[in-house]
Amino acid sequence: MSIAGLVREAADRALADAGMTMDDIDAVVIGKAPDMLEGVMMPELWLAEALAAAGKPVFRVHTAGSVGGSTAIVAAQHVMSGVHKRVLTVAFEKQSDGNAMWALSVPVPFGMPVHAGAGGYFAPHVRAYIRRSEAPGYIGAMVAVKDRTNACANPFAHLHEPDWTLEAAMESPMLWDPIRFVETCPSSDGAAALVIAAEDVADSLPGPKAWIRATAMRSEPTMFAGRNQVNPQAGQDCAADLWRKAGIADPRREVDVAEIYVPFSWFEPMWLENLGFAGRNEGWRLVEDGVTDLRGGSLPINPSGGVLSSNPIGASGMIRFGEAAMQVMGTAGEHQVDGARTAVGHAYGGGSQFFAMWVVGAEKP
Amino acid sequence: MSNEAEDVLRIRTPIGVEYAWSAGTRSSAYLNGLLEGKLLGKRCPSCSRVYFPPRNGNCPMCGVLLGDDDVEVGPNGTVTTFCVVNVPFLGQKITPPYVAATILLDGADIGMQHLLQEVDAADVRMGMRVEPVWAPRDNWGPTMENITHFRPSGEPDVDYSDYAGQL
Repeated sequence: MSIAGLVREAADRALADAGMTMDDIDAVVIGKAPDMLEGVMMPELWLAEALAAAGKPVFRVHTAGSVGGSTAIVAAQHVMSGVHKRVLTVAFEKQSDGNAMWALSVPVPFGMPVHAGAGGYFAPHVRAYIRRSEAPGYIGAMVAVKDRTNACANPFAHLHEPDWTLEAAMESPMLWDPIRFVETCPSSDGAAALVIAAEDVADSLPGPKAWIRATAMRSEPTMFAGRNQVNPQAGQDCAADLWRKAGIADPRREVDVAEIYVPFSWFEPMWLENLGFAGRNEGWRLVEDGVTDLRGGSLPINPSGGVLSSNPIGASGMIRFGEAAMQVMGTAGEHQVDGARTAVGHAYGGGSQFFAMWVVGAEKP
Repeated sequence: MSNEAEDVLRIRTPIGVEYAWSAGTRSSAYLNGLLEGKLLGKRCPSCSRVYFPPRNGNCPMCGVLLGDDDVEVGPNGTVTTFCVVNVPFLGQKITPPYVAATILLDGADIGMQHLLQEVDAADVRMGMRVEPVWAPRDNWGPTMENITHFRPSGEPDVDYSDYAGQL
């Protein structure tokens, strides 16, 4: 399937779900990660036609791996501003058209090319987290088994691997020591789409909907002296802003389920701390205690199987945002969290420097 | 039909892009230093932190131009964290497994990534002291690749608390 086909299929499904056609849509917001991942520059220009959106306002968003989340937020702002009533937002990546490892390892003139790819960038920060938090070495494998198992309940997940056990995961080869093969996301093709509508439009639509309670974005430089690369300040600030806007005082108790961007399994405990779901160096304890499990956990994380089971990079953030919405709409099917009323979608990108988050609820705020 | 052609599902079309990069005054000093075998950073006049390399010439936090004076750093440093690369991929110039380490050079306030060799990957530690290994001088250019890799210096490991703020 082509990029145009991927994007069109996602858009058609989202429109059908909303009971709309492209004729109802006022504007389109498109997001994807660096163009170099496929080698197609400014694909939004020709995708307007594939979406039957020629002549409508089209806006492109680019914030590296967090882009799916930022794109949804920009689409929401199109509506919140009062300029548009019905906005279609789409995000995608077609990793089979390019080579992301190569695209993310381009030598730069001011440093030493170490040819380590994305895993090579994040693995040292994972090692630092393990040292700092004194987490047991099996936590990353526990998250991997959980997410791969969850993905089996999600027909849209890339990987369906039901047979993982903790023992097998611990035997999985080290790719970027301390990150094992099973603790790494796949390279995926995929797209996601959402329809975001104004309050009066939403009120007129039948069927369940997710109400956007709050959105937040933050960024920081990739490299600066004294940077906290395990628990970045921009992510802490973004989460604090999100909770404040949503009126959430205790996220651990008030949030029912979260879809967070975990391309390497150790980022689950790391982001649990960054988001304020756990205290500093305590995130791994939630994993170990089963708090983040889909069945029986009090704060299920990534019931969809997460980025760890599907990583169409540009779409991955929007999938998190959309999965959060599906949870509060009660339409998540086999991976539905019972009684989910408040859910979080989260994305990060670049060198852990771009953050995008939203809170959605079943009740109109 | 006996000579029916197979569908063309995929073709490879290599493309290339060449960039001219303007180093600017601060990075020029750094690159010229490498031609002389020196590791030259720049100090932020506002927060006093030493950047090596002085990438874009500005302090990313203070937003001001880094100072003009060269600050020689290293040559030895400390491994703050690292990973062992076991995965082969397109365009990779080094055969796995190898160690990509974040090295905090003595006198610098920010780590940089480089290769760590002449040591078994299993023996590499956070806090390990390392020294640079330079390529033959005839091969030098204005590039960090003049240092082919770092290797253990044999000095005692640094305490975690001394570099925890770098992680």
